[in-house]
Amino acid sequence: MLSLDKLQSTGKKATRDGFGAGLKAAGDKHDNVIMLTADLRGSMKSEDFINTYPDRFIQCGISEANMIGVAAGLATSGKIPMTTTFANFSTGRVYDQIRQSIAYSDKNVKICASHAGLTLGEDGATHQILEDIGMMRMLPGMTVINPCDYNQTKAAVQAIADYHGPVYLRFGRPSWPIFIPEDQEFVIGKALHLNEGADVSIFATGHLVWKAVEAARELEAEGISVDLINIHTIKPLDEAAVIASAKKTGAVVSCEEHNKYGGLGSAIAECLSKNAPTFQEYVATDDTFGESGKAEELLEKYGLGVKDIVAAAKRAIARK
Amino acid sequence: MADIKELERIASQVRRDIIRQVYLCQSGHPGGSLGNADLLTALYFEVMENDPSFNMEGKGEDIFLLSNGHISPVFYSVLAHRGYFPVKELATFRQINSRVQGHPTTHEGLPGIRISSGSLGQGPSVACGMALAKRMNGDDKTIFVLTGDGEQQEGQIWEAALFAPHNKLENLVLIIDDNGQQIDGPTEEVLRLGSFEDKYKAFGWDVMNMDGNNMAETVKVLKEAQAKRNGKPTCIVMKTEMGQGVDFMVGTHHWHGKAPSEEQTKIALAQLEETLGDF
Repeated sequence: MLSLDKLQSTGKKATRDGFGAGLKAAGDKHDNVIMLTADLRGSMKSEDFINTYPDRFIQCGISEANMIGVAAGLATSGKIPMTTTFANFSTGRVYDQIRQSIAYSDKNVKICASHAGLTLGEDGATHQILEDIGMMRMLPGMTVINPCDYNQTKAAVQAIADYHGPVYLRFGRPSWPIFIPEDQEFVIGKALHLNEGADVSIFATGHLVWKAVEAARELEAEGISVDLINIHTIKPLDEAAVIASAKKTGAVVSCEEHNKYGGLGSAIAECLSKNAPTFQEYVATDDTFGESGKAEELLEKYGLGVKDIVAAAKRAIARK
Repeated sequence: MADIKELERIASQVRRDIIRQVYLCQSGHPGGSLGNADLLTALYFEVMENDPSFNMEGKGEDIFLLSNGHISPVFYSVLAHRGYFPVKELATFRQINSRVQGHPTTHEGLPGIRISSGSLGQGPSVACGMALAKRMNGDDKTIFVLTGDGEQQEGQIWEAALFAPHNKLENLVLIIDDNGQQIDGPTEEVLRLGSFEDKYKAFGWDVMNMDGNNMAETVKVLKEAQAKRNGKPTCIVMKTEMGQGVDFMVGTHHWHGKAPSEEQTKIALAQLEETLGDF
């Protein structure tokens, strides 16, 4: 059982580095894992896989729509294709291609999307997608996963290669604390309980899980007991874990590097409104585009920092 | 040697099926379906090595993908007569609770369908993926993919047009149904496409031409394209007449997506010999 005192940062690496490591491991296990990219191989930290399996790497050029179709064709022929580019170009740009050629066609394609969210940084709003979880979650049959650190991303890539079905895997650009134990099992659709608590439930995904850990430490120091749960799989949602925690604490906070509409917060609200109506506070972007800046500056400006989670938790508790 | 007369007899039944499917549900796309009856008959009954017991991967088989999914009536009729599913199921075309959907889909488990299509421009990309996979698997069979000519207005088409020659997909045959018509009118008026031959040659493809309503020529050109292995993908610019086989439907976009009345259906069926038995 994990707990706050065990969740210490052992170093920093980007979740996209975890993707590269996981891809190599998945490729070692499955000789039908194929990597595709749209002119962003360098950003995907996958040179180890590409150098080891050059015949299983397909460079598509700046043609994301074609890449999605090629992946669907490979999957039809029994391969396990993993498409790679930035999250923006992995989703909105190719939504109809994913919808028809992958989701509606029941293809075993893994859409692996880096540079998601504000923490992409200086490139600004054109590249900082904050709507992708919502878009992908709407597609029938699509699994949506947003891992939180290097170790969890590495494990997630191997898990999705073992799983048969379309998956959207969302990760990011910046170097980020590594705190999930290397040997922690990754089970698709199973929430990871990070700390047992009684006063407030904090559900977090992606980069904001570390922020939520830091926020939980502050809250605990003030005598507030935090039930901290990492929702790495937003779809299918671990409804049992969400309901049990909400019933226990009666106060809920959702934390995500995504618009407040359509993402983790929405998924939790949909679940709780049916099963255990609970006041909920959202730590998410407030229906806005991002802008250029450093990752930490952006998280702070857009209300996704540690202090924002602490404040949201207190608001949630006050509403009980 | 191909028995051209027999193939033409099959195509006649396929055209009857097209008219009757569209008439029964009073919706669907008869024009392009009629124009492609000869092509699909030639592919499935003469040119391609294909197994109606159907497995999705199609290892060791030639593969056909329909990118312009709206001409589903011709696809369904050919698949059914080839033995992929019961011919009587054609009566459920576009009806509730049917596997025979308005546009082809894998989602309802209809044998013979490998990709959902309807939103245009996606088939060539999928075909590229399947051609790559065949090469990776040491499978020397051929991937055929059909698009409409209007469909060539989609941007994704030209992404695939770059990808296939770059990757030397010599086992890929793209067929463009050059009937000069699309929903809103002649392609020349809606959005001029220019010369497919010049465009695809410039992109690095081999280009062949054929009359897709001449069975003997269609079989001959398809077999040449299928056998060709010279490091280049092949584009066949196929001239057809929309509505071919029914005099009042020929050569106009009017019947792109319109069902005939009872009287019109009688007139149409009188022009098409029943050769294999109606569904």
